[in-house]
Amino acid sequence: MWAYTGRRLLGLIPVLLGISLLVFLFLHLIPGDPAVVLLGERASPEQVEALRERLGLNQPLPNQYMLFLRNLLTGDLGTSHFNLLPIRDQLASRWPATFELALSAMLFAVILGVPLGILAAVRKNSLWDNASTIFSLIGVSMPVFWLGLLLIYLFAVNLQWLPPSGRISIEGGSGFKLISGFFLLDALLQRRALGDVLSHLILPALTLGTIPLAILMRITRSAMLEVLSQDYVRTARAKGLAERVVIFRHALKNALLPVVTIIGLQFGTLLGGAILTETIFSWPGIGSWIYEGILNRDYPVVQGGVVFVALIFVVVNLLVDLSYALLDPRIQYR
Amino acid sequence: MASIAEAVNPKPSNETPTRLAVRRFSRSTSGKIGLALAVFLIVMALLAPVLRPYDPTTDRNYIERLKPPSAEHVFGTDNLGRDVFTRVLHGSRISLRVGLLAVGISLLLGTLLGLLAGYFRGGLEVVIGWLTDILLAFPSTLLAIAIVAVVGPSLTNAMIAVSITQIPVYIRLTRSVVLSARELEYIQAANALGASNPRILLRHLLPSALPPIIVQATLSIGTATLETAALGFLGLGAQPPAPEWGAMLSDAFRGGYATNSPWTMIFPGLFIMLTVLAFNLLGDGLRDALDPRALR
Repeated sequence: MWAYTGRRLLGLIPVLLGISLLVFLFLHLIPGDPAVVLLGERASPEQVEALRERLGLNQPLPNQYMLFLRNLLTGDLGTSHFNLLPIRDQLASRWPATFELALSAMLFAVILGVPLGILAAVRKNSLWDNASTIFSLIGVSMPVFWLGLLLIYLFAVNLQWLPPSGRISIEGGSGFKLISGFFLLDALLQRRALGDVLSHLILPALTLGTIPLAILMRITRSAMLEVLSQDYVRTARAKGLAERVVIFRHALKNALLPVVTIIGLQFGTLLGGAILTETIFSWPGIGSWIYEGILNRDYPVVQGGVVFVALIFVVVNLLVDLSYALLDPRIQYR
Repeated sequence: MASIAEAVNPKPSNETPTRLAVRRFSRSTSGKIGLALAVFLIVMALLAPVLRPYDPTTDRNYIERLKPPSAEHVFGTDNLGRDVFTRVLHGSRISLRVGLLAVGISLLLGTLLGLLAGYFRGGLEVVIGWLTDILLAFPSTLLAIAIVAVVGPSLTNAMIAVSITQIPVYIRLTRSVVLSARELEYIQAANALGASNPRILLRHLLPSALPPIIVQATLSIGTATLETAALGFLGLGAQPPAPEWGAMLSDAFRGGYATNSPWTMIFPGLFIMLTVLAFNLLGDGLRDALDPRALR
């Protein structure tokens, strides 16, 4: 297991180098002088020259890449040319919003999707099973941004039950101290504005969580069906165990392996999909930040954001792979 | 022995693989629904200029702005008084074309690279594998957005970006099929007979990779439609006044009338969903028909 982990970590190095190379080339692929691209068309020749010097743009490309890599490794991602703040600080202040949203969406998907998938498998071909199949088919075909707009229209505009945007209202925000940046946690710690924070979280989390919910329902159902058709389940039933025990003690454990995989893979995808959800709900996370960066032609922001998300994505996928070994002792790592 | 063979496969008759596939497909409910939906959408796209022979971008009527659905405008009108139904109808031409083209590009490039990697192995396989891993290290939506940020927003660029994000799937798929097929006797025989590499790749190895590729391509049309619409929604794909569904939603959202005049966003979104659903269902049906492991 340890050797396997080590080998997987080593195998990550070329991929990480590739990501950094791609993101480095990103600036050079944009038509025009990178310094002008970064500073905008109105920059004076002196400013452009100063930036060229600072970024080493007058040096050969390999040297520039080494410089970029060194900066990346020390966490120096440059400065936004729009608000002049360091990328690192903006990332630090924005990632909790995205993680809070993604975790809530995933929680929603797992809490509903796994039990509903089990139910569909246990009552195969029932009305309930068919309904959940139709729901999950529609769910995976749903454009996230459309679902978000529909939910805003229904719950924020028509029924006025929930706020359409942001993480906290103005009233709730007065006197609200940022401790962790996770508003839910901060609200609990301060014992204030909890309802306010929750009500802001519900619609974006529903929007982002619907696709993983649909996928989890499908995967859980098919994994359960597969396990339930196996001999050892028949044996368990034959020796007179209660159906409840057969399903939860015997079948579920083995059915969970693909489910856990999908949860992990979907979490990475959620981070990518967060751009759309965050944009619709004005959610101040990484996704909306990257998007604003693109609109403002603030390329250091786009670079920093993309590197960050790709890094998380790679780490999550690695953890999924490694979790196999813990969940399924039959898997041998050579 | 004969009785066992009969029990396992009661109709070992002279049924061709194509007939078997058609028979299997006709038993798949999702496949049939998907096919019907897809045919409906394609017919709709083909007939759009006949049904509504107006230019969907210029057919404005400022007196009839943001009118709810009525007998005259079944899907209502948008902020410039354009008939939403006409725009949705013409939008299907854009979405289907982009979906098919994007998948076509990624399929061609991905399959070719996968064939090469699986057949020649060695350094080429390592390099192609590395590129695949890098492309897969980004969530696909984010990668497409980043590519468009570099090359600039337009429908064509969005389509190319989406097709790049889908290339790795075809590389992996084709490579895995080729890796197992190249050790089989008929390939060794072809080699021994002196068949050229291109001939072995295209005439002997490609056909065995085709069924899973067809299934994947059908499913990808849905994904490509969805991602292109997402880019359009972010203003990074089709640009107004093009009647692309994602751009229509973007207009409604940014124009601030999506929630006051919900028909401007409900109908374009609904058709994105129907298109994705159609190809997802069709792909499921084709998998049942073509994948020998998916026995039902």
